[in-house]
Amino acid sequence: MADQATFADQAMDLMPSLYAAALRMTRNAADAEDLVQETYLRAYRGFGGFEEGTNLKAWLYRILTNTYINSYRAKKRRPDETELDEVEDLYLYRRIGGLEAAMAGRSAEDELLDRFTDSEVKQAIEALPENFRMAVLLADVEGFAYKEIADILDIPIGTVMSRLHRGRKALQKQLYEFAVERNLTAPSRNDSMSDTHV
Amino acid sequence: MSDCENSLHALYSYLDGELTDDRRAVIQHHLDECQPCAEPYDFEAELRIVIRRKCAEQVPDTLLAKVKAALEREAAGASEA
Repeated sequence: MADQATFADQAMDLMPSLYAAALRMTRNAADAEDLVQETYLRAYRGFGGFEEGTNLKAWLYRILTNTYINSYRAKKRRPDETELDEVEDLYLYRRIGGLEAAMAGRSAEDELLDRFTDSEVKQAIEALPENFRMAVLLADVEGFAYKEIADILDIPIGTVMSRLHRGRKALQKQLYEFAVERNLTAPSRNDSMSDTHV
Repeated sequence: MSDCENSLHALYSYLDGELTDDRRAVIQHHLDECQPCAEPYDFEAELRIVIRRKCAEQVPDTLLAKVKAALEREAAGASEA
């Protein structure tokens, strides 16, 4: 049994991560703020049911996810079971990994990836159909284990893995499209990236 | 499956920290010796870091204040009841 008086001390530090997740889920700052506030209220009320010593972050994410599904998703009903195109494995690596390594040395691909803007990465995640987006968010952004994601989303581990597998490929495809649009795949000679490696 | 196919197959389980210690050690050993396999691992690991960093958000002060106020109201309400 957790003591309600200690809730704020334990939970407030996790807000940046919960707020970021709420933004990716709702795709809108006003809804994200409401969702975070509602999550903290529900968590506070239910804190007696939290088992001290277990993972508070995972527990809060479960509340965040349930609150989102119950309150916010219903508002804007979109087709839930969207299917994703079939995309090959290592989609992005096969297109820009080798290219960069060959052109400018081993660390260049890291810089290339770093050139995606915050907004492009966020958009690429937000463009994923919800089921896939939640799995990718929880694994790749928040670093939860498969078992924790299964508990948070209330789905079997096998489903977590298949959503991750397909969601990640779709995310890479979207990132590659941004890279092509902005010509990141063909850096010119006098590009700042080449300069640092000549 | 060859060692290379095995290692490619395990890429995400490895990066996700979902392999047993033994299996992880086998893959690690292969990656140490096989540059073509190590490259996609490095790439995917770096991509993960980039995604994580670029998705970080700053909590608006107004939100922090709203949540604190809501929790205080809730606590006050409960003690009155």
